[in-house]
Amino acid sequence: MIVSVASGKGGTGKTLIATSLALSLSDQTKVQLLDCDVEEPNTHIFLDIKAEQSSPALLLIPHIDEDKCTHCGVCAEVCAYNAIAALPKKVLVFPELCHGCGACSYLCPESAITEEGKEIGVIKQGSSGNIRLVAGELTLGEVAAPTVIREVKRHIDTAGDVIIDASPGTSCPVIEAIKDSDFCLLVTEPTPFGLNDLSLAVETTRKLGIPTGVIINRAGDNDQLIEQYCQEQDIPILLRIPLDRNIAVLYSKGIPLVEGMPDWRRDFLQLFHRIKEMLPTAEVSR
Amino acid sequence: MKELVIISGKGGTGKTSIAASFAALAQRKLLVDCDVDAADLHLILKPQVKENNEFWSGQSAFIDNEKCVECGLCEKVCRFNAITNNYVVDPISCEGCGLCARVCPVDAITMKDNMPGHWFVSETRYGTLVHAKLGIAEDNSGKLVTLIRTRAKAIAQEQSLDYIISDGPPGTGCPVIASLSGADVALLVTEPTLSGIHDLERIVSVCQHFGVPALACINKYDINEQNTAKIEEYCNSNSVNIVAKIPFDNSMIQALEHEMPVVEFSNSTATQHIRALWQNIVQELDDARTEKQT
Repeated sequence: MIVSVASGKGGTGKTLIATSLALSLSDQTKVQLLDCDVEEPNTHIFLDIKAEQSSPALLLIPHIDEDKCTHCGVCAEVCAYNAIAALPKKVLVFPELCHGCGACSYLCPESAITEEGKEIGVIKQGSSGNIRLVAGELTLGEVAAPTVIREVKRHIDTAGDVIIDASPGTSCPVIEAIKDSDFCLLVTEPTPFGLNDLSLAVETTRKLGIPTGVIINRAGDNDQLIEQYCQEQDIPILLRIPLDRNIAVLYSKGIPLVEGMPDWRRDFLQLFHRIKEMLPTAEVSR
Repeated sequence: MKELVIISGKGGTGKTSIAASFAALAQRKLLVDCDVDAADLHLILKPQVKENNEFWSGQSAFIDNEKCVECGLCEKVCRFNAITNNYVVDPISCEGCGLCARVCPVDAITMKDNMPGHWFVSETRYGTLVHAKLGIAEDNSGKLVTLIRTRAKAIAQEQSLDYIISDGPPGTGCPVIASLSGADVALLVTEPTLSGIHDLERIVSVCQHFGVPALACINKYDINEQNTAKIEEYCNSNSVNIVAKIPFDNSMIQALEHEMPVVEFSNSTATQHIRALWQNIVQELDDARTEKQT
């Protein structure tokens, strides 16, 4: 089963949930944790896993063979991203605008364009016990987060359970991270910002057709804000983690919740089993 | 006119709460919400929309199934796995490159323009706010950010304002770079957690990469003073001036629950620190101005 963890709003506790869920499951079974928050990957801070393998995430960008190029301008004309400028005697490529679609090389009448991989990130992998961590990291100054996320997700192994930690927001990096999951956990906090961004995240999972449940982090006196919304939208609230200074301190030190407070393991296992029960078995990725 | 952008790398460190307080404290300023993906500043500023504009950007492919002969070429050339088995384009995966439409032997594929969002010029009781709403699961957030920043600058110039204050998105990727590049100063809001420190280091590098001077503000600094000391050490050795250390203060959350800037909600410790923070930033922005003139 593939379960992704997303949120809309940043800093609500996605990584806390993803790491604690993976650790709890790993007592019983093999689990893969994918860090798809490639702009700010943080799972490695909480898990004592050394990167055993590191491979580049490449974006294919065009390379023009000047000997073959007749300066016809087709490449610049077909590029939807303005990543190529064809001057009368020179073709300029702007790699930062390139999406790696391959249209220029495919359509060049002289076969003068080959593609070269430009490193825009790295994929780090390592294991500890039953957990296999695959973490993507976007190179600083690069923009193409979805390409790095796609590369992380190529390593999905559905022989065991898969947990995906997504980035905040609702746009392309989030979509790339959560699409094809069997279930998406949305982590929120009981504030007006939390509620507003939760509603955006719910719209996102609905658009993608992914079943969803909510986790309220820093739960306390204002939970009715989220409860009312979830009731109206018919979305289950699957877990509450209270506003607790001790939990905040554990987080600040990079200690997973289920290690600092092992009683929580049971709650995370129950959470996972509830998700399983909610899904028709035939449709779950294995 | 000086442009300040508030970013953080890590989400949820308090960018919007601080931006809202600056809205209340600053004079002769224009506000921009560059978090077009999950915008929240409007919840506090309560804008009245004066201008509602469509944001057109990019294209998506459509297959005419009556013309389609199911040869499979489009599926073969598409790098984004956007063509499904039944020869329907998945609009979420399609990046609009148009290669399928160009190679289709029977011209069954057309490219249509997308309207991934809206952007607004609004009035608030703190002055003009330029903001946007990217549609759900849409693309091109960087372009939308660039567009609203350009419009914001034009308005600020027309009105001869002194400051543009923009609330940025989390992360280090496309919309962050679009919010940051060319700004006069970036305020980095961080927190003393290991994740906060890791993300701060990454966002400082991005600021250096784009040549934008960075200032740091440690929010909830007393949650873990050891980590705060690590942040101070890191900032000192990377020429990042720490302009505020705000203690954990419940009034920040209470103000948020009342949808008010904390500086208007109560005269709490946090309020006093944020007032001092704004004064420090004014000083830094004015210094940046003098440096440019000399």
